[in-house]
Amino acid sequence: MSGNGTGIGASVKRKEDTRFLTGRGRYTDDINLPGQLYGHILRSPVAHADIGGIDTSAAMAAPGVHAVFTGKDMEGVGGIPTGWLIHSKDGSPMVEPAHPALALGKVRYVGDCVAIVVAETREQAKEAANLVDVDYRDLPAVASIEAAEANGAAQVFDEAPGNVCYDWEVGDRAATDAAFENAAHVVSIDVVNNRLVPNAIEPRAAIANFDPATSEYTLYTTSQNPHLVRLLLGAFVLGLPEHKLRIVAPDVGGGFGSKIPHYAEEAILTWTAGRLGRPVKWTCERIDAFKSDTHGRDHISTAKLALDADGKFLGLHVTTKANLGAYLSTFATCVPTYLYGILFAGPYTTPAVYCEVKSFFTNTVPVDALRGAGRPEATYLLERLVDKAAHELGMDRVEIRRKNFVREFPYQTPVALQYDQGDYDATLDLALDASDWAGFEARRAESAARGKLRGIGISTFIEACGIAPSAVVGSLGARAGLYESGSVRVHPTGSVSVFTGTHSHGQGHETTFAQIVSDMLGVDFDAVDVVHGDSAKIPFGMGTYGSRSLAVGGTAIYLAVEKVIEKGRKIAAHLLEASVEDIEFENGSFTVAGTDRSTSLGEVALTAYVPHNYPEGLEPGLEETAFYDPLNFTFPAGTHVAEVEVDPETGEVELVAVTGADDVGRVINPMIVAGQLHGGLAHGIGQALMEECVYQDDGQLATGSYLDYTMPRAADLPNFSINHNTTLCTHNPLGVKGVGEVGSIGIPPAVINAVIDALRPLGVNDMAMPATSQRVWQAIRQAQG
Amino acid sequence: MPTVTMTVNGMERSGTVEGRTLLVEFLRENLGLTGTHVGCDTSQCGACVVHVNGTSVKSCTCLAVQADGADVTTIEGLANGAELHPMQEAFREHHGLQCGFCTPGMVMSAVDLANRNPDPSEHEVREWLEGNLCRCTGYHNIVKAVRAGAQAMGGGS
Ligand code: FES
Ligand code: FES
Repeated sequence: MSGNGTGIGASVKRKEDTRFLTGRGRYTDDINLPGQLYGHILRSPVAHADIGGIDTSAAMAAPGVHAVFTGKDMEGVGGIPTGWLIHSKDGSPMVEPAHPALALGKVRYVGDCVAIVVAETREQAKEAANLVDVDYRDLPAVASIEAAEANGAAQVFDEAPGNVCYDWEVGDRAATDAAFENAAHVVSIDVVNNRLVPNAIEPRAAIANFDPATSEYTLYTTSQNPHLVRLLLGAFVLGLPEHKLRIVAPDVGGGFGSKIPHYAEEAILTWTAGRLGRPVKWTCERIDAFKSDTHGRDHISTAKLALDADGKFLGLHVTTKANLGAYLSTFATCVPTYLYGILFAGPYTTPAVYCEVKSFFTNTVPVDALRGAGRPEATYLLERLVDKAAHELGMDRVEIRRKNFVREFPYQTPVALQYDQGDYDATLDLALDASDWAGFEARRAESAARGKLRGIGISTFIEACGIAPSAVVGSLGARAGLYESGSVRVHPTGSVSVFTGTHSHGQGHETTFAQIVSDMLGVDFDAVDVVHGDSAKIPFGMGTYGSRSLAVGGTAIYLAVEKVIEKGRKIAAHLLEASVEDIEFENGSFTVAGTDRSTSLGEVALTAYVPHNYPEGLEPGLEETAFYDPLNFTFPAGTHVAEVEVDPETGEVELVAVTGADDVGRVINPMIVAGQLHGGLAHGIGQALMEECVYQDDGQLATGSYLDYTMPRAADLPNFSINHNTTLCTHNPLGVKGVGEVGSIGIPPAVINAVIDALRPLGVNDMAMPATSQRVWQAIRQAQG
Repeated sequence: MPTVTMTVNGMERSGTVEGRTLLVEFLRENLGLTGTHVGCDTSQCGACVVHVNGTSVKSCTCLAVQADGADVTTIEGLANGAELHPMQEAFREHHGLQCGFCTPGMVMSAVDLANRNPDPSEHEVREWLEGNLCRCTGYHNIVKAVRAGAQAMGGGS
């Protein structure tokens, strides 16, 4: 493992960049099929209504229109399934209402799919959609958790009384209650985790085609996990066998969780293409993306922490209400449960932890994973609470954390997870150093001299990535395995194709995975290509989310390479007339141990495909596949520090410094890892200072475009200080952990803690996200009476 | 329906459009130049930036007929054969792109900045990119790339 050149540990420039930089990327909307028609999805303009009837005749008569389909036409086609069954405290299964791809009888959110209009051109389809006459009979809507749980609230589904989907718990309630009885201090907090719109810059798109010659469907779609879409669309919705349904996710312009779910539009398009026998293309406009891409977060929580007289944590009790939106999206139900409640030990030794989560249906866009998915929500709550405890006990914010760190590994938390390895002091020290924490008071004074309020905030956190193993997640309700596949094909002349079931939509897998393979096999980096995103080319895959791709998918590739080397040793032994046990492999050469007799991987590969002089009984060819099902999650951890300056006159918060000290396990490509951290930090800062998805009480989306939903722009952000301290994951051979979500998990509480730190002298002790200038200004005014 | 003719990446191209056809639609759909992207419908994201007569323009906010007779450069026209333009090279070198979707607009916008200001400060770059959204990179490396690209473009020439 070289660390320089193009091997593991080197900042190799990305293979994918040339095509993206020259305009030759191939995104879904760039694809056009001969004879294609255009579909326009007509969406509900109201949040909750009975559909009295739909008159499509005027639309059908409009120029260029080929078809208009509504829920009635698709009746009998399976609904959109959800991927995780949660059980409530009392053992009952969650309420799992039907989710017809096209609304049937009722619409349940602004954006719900009502009809598809198919025409010769995009414009014709869109214009004809205006002519579809839908008789909406308005019903009262519930657009928030508070509204959903109110007495006498409107019901999103008749079968979900009180709009409750499930009432779940994790941890030992009795032990946690007992911890509070013995506590010297109890500190409590109420927090809201603001709802976000993911906003990948590429809007979703799809093209479906049916080939009558082969009875095969092909769907090009903007997905993070093409095989998962094939599984859900094929097996659950349309009833198509896998070999007749090909899903291609070509270049995808960012996902952040919003391109995990199997969406209704994918089913509608594929079904429509089958009905019409023509390819049908659909591209989501941004205005529709706001009301149809799954949203993220949206929790209301209350929590209390029990401490002894010295500030040691004794127990933590968390009560959360989560908004799931109008239907259960693919991973909606596990995000606020198994990706949230089990994080509450954080990096701390708290011996008793209990978390209960009640999830609600509302007349809003379905909520699903968004960069971090559950873990940012947990980390925000915990790190706000720890800061509050330090303040109330008069303790130093750093010392209270240090006092409670886990230091012995493996560490079994009281909420299911077992941390394999970590060094939380090391990342804390690194962050304090890199952010010049010690010098902060001087900077505060300097700001004060200019009439500004300066604050610094910290968060120390863990995350859990690469969710696994399959048997465990299955016992917790997952309806899929969470392994990954990797195939390595050494071609006769020694170049290599690598097939991965993960999907790269910005993460740089084509480069990182090629580094691993070229390093292990000793072949030229340029001789290795990574193939992903096509169910017809890849054996199988679970896709990319939860920072799993390197830890799970990379490991599968690693294991496949090992199998290739193993087979190569047998061929080499035959060629070198030595015994297999004596063959060593290094830098692309098979050598008889202790001699200079060797043969190259290229010769071995050629022999494998031209097996004239070949070991008896050995299959020709040099291609291996491995499926890897991890033994455990991986546990990246770190410390993030934010420094802000607040203008007390305007409430404006300027983010002056952001420092990350992270342990993400072994780093394959430092350049790419830094980029992942930057992106996650920007996303987390967006949540902390800018982004908020707002619904009106009637269920209309108030923040439905870039004009009213604030996205972080270049001028809103500083440069980031990125620092690493590495401990290796103990249960995968590369020692890798995951990095894609770290920033959005760690930084939001650090930013808000910094804002509160700045405002404390004015008597402000609480701040909600996003800390906009308006909100900060109001808090200052209120505190000043 | 009007016919428009313009020079696109050095070649004369014509096509029949509707009065309402946007320049980006003409480029993507009539000419098949899919390097120019569409990320929004409110002129906010900048994924669609091209050069019209040498300056950066959001091609989603310009009608094809408005560009009639103009000299248009898209991301496909920036490199010199296999040799990347210095700004493209700087984005590659400094990892100024991840998913690549915002990238064509970012690069075209950055080239325009560099043409006006050969050595922009970090602050100037951040302010200039006001009209370009990126969800992947956090802008850190884009800013680095734009500054390096501007310098490589001639440091003032
Ligand atoms: S497409 Fe978003 S600004 Fe042009
Ligand atoms: S690189 Fe993905 S949006 Fe900028």
